[in-house]
Amino acid sequence: MNADFTKEELAFQHEVRNFLESEFPADIRDKVDRNIRLSKEDIVRWQKILNRQGWMAPNWPEEYGGTGWTPTQKYIFNQEMGRIGAPEPVAFGVKMVAPVILAYGSEAQKQRFLPDILESNVWWCQGYSEPNAGSDLASLKTTAVRDGDHYVVNGTKTWNTLGQYADWIFCLVRTDNTAKKQEGISFLLIDMASPGIKVNPIVLMDGSPEVNEVVFDNVRVPIENLIGEENKGWTYAKVLLTHERTNIARVPYTKRRVNELKSAAASRADGSGGSLADDPSFASKVAELEIDLLALEYAELRTLAAVTVGKAPGPESSILKIVGTEVAQKADELFLEVADYDALPFVPEQFEAGFTGAALGDGYLASTALDYFNHRKVSIYGGSNEIQKNIICKAVLGL
Amino acid sequence: MDFSFTEEQQMLQDSVQKFVRDNYDFETRRELLASDRGYSSENWNLFAELGWLTVPFREEDGGFGGSAVDLMVMMEELGRAMVLEPFVPTAVIAGGLISELGTDDQKRELLPRIMGGELQLACAISEPGSRFNLANVATRAEAQGEKVILSGSKVAVLNGSHADQLLVVARSAGSQLERNGISVYLVDAGAPGVKRHGYTNVDGHGAAAIDFDAVEVSSAACLGAPGEAYAALEKVVDRATVAVASEAVGALDSLLQKTVEYSKTRNQFGVPIGTFQALQHRMADMFIECQLARSIVMMAAMKLDSSAGDDEKAKAVSAAKSRLGRAIFKVGQEAIQLHGGIGITDELDVAHLFKRVTAIETLFGNTDYHTRRFASL
Ligand SMILES: Cc1cc2nc3c(=O)[nH]c(=O)nc-3n(C[C@H](O)[C@H](O)[C@H](O)COP(=O)(O)OP(=O)(O)OC[C@H]3O[C@@H](n4cnc5c(N)ncnc54)[C@H](O)[C@@H]3O)c2cc1C
Repeated sequence: MNADFTKEELAFQHEVRNFLESEFPADIRDKVDRNIRLSKEDIVRWQKILNRQGWMAPNWPEEYGGTGWTPTQKYIFNQEMGRIGAPEPVAFGVKMVAPVILAYGSEAQKQRFLPDILESNVWWCQGYSEPNAGSDLASLKTTAVRDGDHYVVNGTKTWNTLGQYADWIFCLVRTDNTAKKQEGISFLLIDMASPGIKVNPIVLMDGSPEVNEVVFDNVRVPIENLIGEENKGWTYAKVLLTHERTNIARVPYTKRRVNELKSAAASRADGSGGSLADDPSFASKVAELEIDLLALEYAELRTLAAVTVGKAPGPESSILKIVGTEVAQKADELFLEVADYDALPFVPEQFEAGFTGAALGDGYLASTALDYFNHRKVSIYGGSNEIQKNIICKAVLGL
Repeated sequence: MDFSFTEEQQMLQDSVQKFVRDNYDFETRRELLASDRGYSSENWNLFAELGWLTVPFREEDGGFGGSAVDLMVMMEELGRAMVLEPFVPTAVIAGGLISELGTDDQKRELLPRIMGGELQLACAISEPGSRFNLANVATRAEAQGEKVILSGSKVAVLNGSHADQLLVVARSAGSQLERNGISVYLVDAGAPGVKRHGYTNVDGHGAAAIDFDAVEVSSAACLGAPGEAYAALEKVVDRATVAVASEAVGALDSLLQKTVEYSKTRNQFGVPIGTFQALQHRMADMFIECQLARSIVMMAAMKLDSSAGDDEKAKAVSAAKSRLGRAIFKVGQEAIQLHGGIGITDELDVAHLFKRVTAIETLFGNTDYHTRRFASL
């Protein structure tokens, strides 16, 4: 065991840092620094820059455009991205559907879909959850019935993150009603432009337009859009869920938020002539958070090390989801504390580009309550933290 | 000691319960939120008619009695339904300051209009950087003959954008953090030099940032004697703290109740999620938090009405707000978590209750501030 980076790793870190400093667009960086919501165009522009560098899909096999990095290099890359606030590529394409296509798709499907994901030409969204199938995903009811060369899809998917931007959706659909519920599910790729698809926005409590309901009314999907075999979708999806889970600790981003928190506290008056950062009780709360983050970081590094020697991320990766979301939410609470009354104004427009009104509150602290509200989602999605604990109980502790 | 309600308190509770049942379902509230004012003037008139606007005032001022327990009873019911009308800013804070500090003439002039529902007031207390310290006042009040000139900036003025008149906390003497030298002036909201930037808070309540740019008032606009307002200000804000704390107790109860109900009707894995023991214990913990919050807020209200000394009363209020704050985080977060995705949406009342209690955690001093104040008293 050795906590030091090798000379090569240090050189790599230097290379990544230089690249990000010079290529991460200043206008997008400024938006990130000011907590302004990024547009689809911003995100796509940034992803295309990453791709030009060959760094869009570190987790893919090299022959399809992966980087061939060691786990330590990936770790360094994520650290540097988080440090500067550069957004990770939107997960749905590159980290969620692509691994399934890579593992179970036909060669034709790989050729058809993967390049557009790398080049950010196609925006994907995830269509798993339904109004009555959340934690119990396998009870999903959206049906796909074979009709000649097509499936006819009917049903309602919900909570589709950024579905309003999506060109394609990957869905779990029921193709067999007679089998055990996990065994009648298939993995289907659907063009969002197909007739019969309707996208209804769902407004979250912070006013943000980030999720949608997607209704399928007799949508015809060519059978070549089926991944792998019919009725094997559940198995494929489980693999994908593990991938989703390993990317969910988001240590570098929470680190960045903790740094923002510290600098906000340093310039924030405590009301009695000092600054909040000098307040020992506040400082110790921030320290506890940083310590939790360190423990989490090393838990993640241990998981990565296990992956290097060929083991798939096991059920212990549930820890990363649980603790990663808990520390992120704790940071939001501390932001509320720093911001006091500045946390409260409900002015969602001030997070949109082009807002010209007077910003209420103090820079990064403006309306921090909205972040606190929005981020309650992180312990709910991606397999809720309760479901993660059930997994630990069953698969790790043998209960 | 006596923990039973008086007949009047029982009637007050019944009357507020009936009002919210008949007039304040979630859809109606949503419409009010979307309206220009963000609340209903008709409801306000009804509050006056029902006598609720007299509740914070002493009998000698023409009020219902001014007991903190009365206020608690009423606020808890308003909290369950997330009532938006600006009762606390107008009747509890502004009314309280006039009643504590005002001359007989000022009281005769203003209090009946408050209790009659004719006057909307807001109190401009906090400033950028003052946080929760009531003595931290940089806004100046400079005497010029018979006139006083007010200059400074105020933030988070509840009901600030709709109030007809403003009570402005300003410094007539002393340095920025001193308790001495603080005065309260009554200022017309439309006076030259008053610049209001109104907005809505995350809980749907209206507020404003207000700049006072050399605003001229008569020296008679000072409530009572200049420079001596601090003690009354602290006392009134403490009372307002108990009022919003009681409101939160009602709202937390509502969150618990809605979560339990939801857990009985939401099925996953073929059974109601309320049958999972992991979730049952979480709801039991929410219940415990609700009970502790209710108990300690009741303690504070009873202390305010008791013969206890000023410091003991202040300490009781801080104990309540501090402990309540922990309950707010716990119960609020668990209510959302146990609802799953639907809990995050604007569509459901739980999200709105969550937002209101979160705002209350900050109002008049957050958990950390009150823990510290408790320790210092
Ligand atoms: C903002 C947001 C974005 C999302 N984005 C997407 C997306 O892009 N695509 C997609 O397909 N889905 C998405 N989801 C859906 C998400 O995966 C589900 O919300 C999640 O699976 C929980 O399901 P549910 O909301 O139906 O809650 P429920 O399953 O009804 O759960 C309610 C509560 O019960 C608990 N619970 C359930 N079962 C058990 C059990 N056996 N033991 C103990 N506790 C239990 C849960 O943990 C939760 O606390 C998103 C959700 C949100 C909030």
